Amino acid sequence: MNTSKDNTLRTLSIGLILVLIFGFVATDWLRFLVQMSLATFLVVLGVMLQMRAGLVSFGQGLFYCLGAYVAGMAGYFWGITDVFLLLLAGTAACLLLSVVLGFLLVRYRGIFYANFSLALSMILYGLLVKAEILGSTDGFNVPHSTFLGFAPEGETLKITIFVLTSVIVYLVAVVLHRYLSSTYGYMGDAIRQNELRVEYLGASVRSLIHKVYVIAAAISGIGGVLTAISVGHVDPDLAYWTTSGEFVFVALLSGTANVIAPIVGTFLLELLRTYAFEYAPYTWQMILGVTMLLVILFLPGGIWSIGAERRTEN
Amino acid sequence: MTKLLAILIDGSIYAAWVFLMGLGMTLIYGVMKILNIAHGSLYALGAYMSVSLIGFYYATGSFPPMLGYAMLPLAAIAVGLIAGLLIERGVLRFMYGRDEVVMLLVTYSIFLILEDAAKLIWGVDPYFAYQPYGLLGTVEILDLIYPVYDFLLIAISLCCAVFVWWGLNKTRVGKLLIAVIHDREMSMAFGINVKLFFTVTFVIGAAFGALGGAVTAPKVSVVPGLGVEVIVLAFAVVVIGGLGSIEGAMIGSAIVGIVRAAAVHILPEVELFVIYGVMALVLAFKPHGLFAGPEVRKI
Amino acid sequence: MTAILQTNNLSIQFGGVVGASDISVTVNKGEVIGVIGANGAGKTTFVNLVTGYLKPSSGTIHYMGNDVTRLTPREITDLGIRRSFQIPQLFDEMTALDNMLTAQSVAPKVVRSFWMPLQRSDTMEIAMKRLEHFGIVDSAQQEVSMLPQGVRKILDIAMATIGEPQLVMLDEPTSGVSAEEKFEVMDIVMDAFAQQEVTVMFIEHDMELVERYAKRVLAFYNGMVIADADSRQALADPHVREYVVGKEIHRTHAPQGEN
Repeated sequence: MNTSKDNTLRTLSIGLILVLIFGFVATDWLRFLVQMSLATFLVVLGVMLQMRAGLVSFGQGLFYCLGAYVAGMAGYFWGITDVFLLLLAGTAACLLLSVVLGFLLVRYRGIFYANFSLALSMILYGLLVKAEILGSTDGFNVPHSTFLGFAPEGETLKITIFVLTSVIVYLVAVVLHRYLSSTYGYMGDAIRQNELRVEYLGASVRSLIHKVYVIAAAISGIGGVLTAISVGHVDPDLAYWTTSGEFVFVALLSGTANVIAPIVGTFLLELLRTYAFEYAPYTWQMILGVTMLLVILFLPGGIWSIGAERRTEN
Repeated sequence: MTKLLAILIDGSIYAAWVFLMGLGMTLIYGVMKILNIAHGSLYALGAYMSVSLIGFYYATGSFPPMLGYAMLPLAAIAVGLIAGLLIERGVLRFMYGRDEVVMLLVTYSIFLILEDAAKLIWGVDPYFAYQPYGLLGTVEILDLIYPVYDFLLIAISLCCAVFVWWGLNKTRVGKLLIAVIHDREMSMAFGINVKLFFTVTFVIGAAFGALGGAVTAPKVSVVPGLGVEVIVLAFAVVVIGGLGSIEGAMIGSAIVGIVRAAAVHILPEVELFVIYGVMALVLAFKPHGLFAGPEVRKI
Repeated sequence: MTAILQTNNLSIQFGGVVGASDISVTVNKGEVIGVIGANGAGKTTFVNLVTGYLKPSSGTIHYMGNDVTRLTPREITDLGIRRSFQIPQLFDEMTALDNMLTAQSVAPKVVRSFWMPLQRSDTMEIAMKRLEHFGIVDSAQQEVSMLPQGVRKILDIAMATIGEPQLVMLDEPTSGVSAEEKFEVMDIVMDAFAQQEVTVMFIEHDMELVERYAKRVLAFYNGMVIADADSRQALADPHVREYVVGKEIHRTHAPQGEN
């Protein structure tokens, strides 16, 4: 069991180095693609965390969007451009909201939880669309970021954001991986498998789900902030149900066994999306839907489960 | 005073509209234990089919205008049969017995597929089919002007409610359906063709959802994404009423309708908040809704 | 004799079915009580009521003098009451070892961590020892959904013994365990409890086990307690014989006290 943890850690570390090298040599477009994948990967991790506890969040976009908008608003309205402050603000907002909403949400499971989360994200969407001051459906632009006083422009700015994104995502992945092997990590799995027994062993399932919900919200918020500064723009679509659906799609496709799995999944998603929009613009949702059905039917453990047996034998 | 009347009438219209969605969803859940998110796209397909049929009907100019209303149930039945059968026979029947959340993901996937199917068939430009809406004119009640069409909506919903109530309680088939709802295995043991019931129920439920879209189409411009908001509302309705309960869907619709109408007249921004607030309130006292079934003992 | 558990007029209905009717029982510290009765008589319902899974429609439950009627299973566990289940409640996708580790880390008063791995040498040692003690250490690395029912049953009980329980309620501890192993299992379980002076109530259908391990017997019928006396007396009670035991006790081993 310890070797597997080291494997993941090692893979993540190698991955970081490779990604950083890639960032310096790749074309603008490709680098941006990878950057976006990394940011959305965090949100997928949030979905995955809840999935491991047996809960499907159809509305993770709520926190993704919140993080992005808080970062955007801080820059647009109050001139705050330091990324670290933005990350702090976005994460704090998500922490606050998730702690409050959690009290309501943890009373529910299964289809209730899924639909509730969907509804909450659509409520935010509805609010943002009606908010003229925030640009309604058009959203608004996010000013260029600064880094502890350092204010790069042009190519340097892009590279700096890329490096920052890669490092932060790496750190979150490492921490989360450690978390999943911890007591609380196993408790999450235990809840999915037998909630009643967990209660009878002396742990509060609600309290635990609350923690999972909050952690997932925080990570998603970080993903949102990173997206906001990468793209330079925020709009309500971040909270739309289809966005949340994509996170669920990747989590399902990748499987929830390991933190590395969704990285590949998100990258594939971004790649697929780019080509789908170019060649078959009205079939994007359909492709996702069909793939999801196929995965549910034939690969319940996600793509990650394909190599699973071979790995456990090692 | 006028405001109160406005809230009451608006609420009833809204309740009737949302009831058709809730009815289909709660029926499908009650029989098949599936919460059908794809109902949103069935609604959208119903709307699209409706505008197509209405458009075709009035375009030829040679048919009696009043008979155009037959296009609405026609559209609903067409979508119910085609989409309903495709979904149930083509996808769902391979998945029965799976976990409820897995089924939710399945219906979610179907939702995604159907959303694009609508785009592929009808394109992304908005459609209009105002004839059924305008033909009936307006009526005035105490300073408030309402299109008569909206009251037709209420009438249709009531008809559906009565139809379902009568079907379940007064027909042999209905009683068998209630048996299937209560205990699927036992029904099978008694020789009831549960598979057939599943298919028929899904088609009927789908038709109700499509009817919701079909009757709405003349009032709005039909565009992609029409079904999403409805799902969020329909969910509130069936949860408040209790999943699987027809009476629950009725009461739930009434509550959601009145609450929403009140919000719209008093403080429009909080519309969705209030509806979900009411839902949370109901669930706080009755965790499974107002008319939910008994809990099965696990240990 | 200090009363550890006391129920007063405990009642509950499930629709038209009476789950419990006016159950008034006093259990003293250190007692070992056999709970018998036909299926549906209310034995598991009683355990469910005491452990907070069900809330009675009337009546009270006192534990160590405190009213615990409205508490949840988790709060009950915190106070020192444990139970095992008729159908083993395990974490099916985990190994037996992981099940035990999880149970250990989740127990009341244990510090839980976001950071420390669940599988550490110290925790694993303790878990393996426990599994060994109950004779199921060979299954440690196997996924529990693959294990035979008997082993699952034992694991279920083993997980319920963690911490320092004061009162343990076992629901059919040997159902699913092979006839030869029943005594072995009960010996292990009861020895451990006897050493820690744990009060034990176990539901059983096997009267030999009841005779052998229980000093006192509670007999249920239709949600009521129809006998509450020491084992010999209760098992000889005509009502108990009629509604629970049957007229003749089939013996596979000689009863205690005889050759």
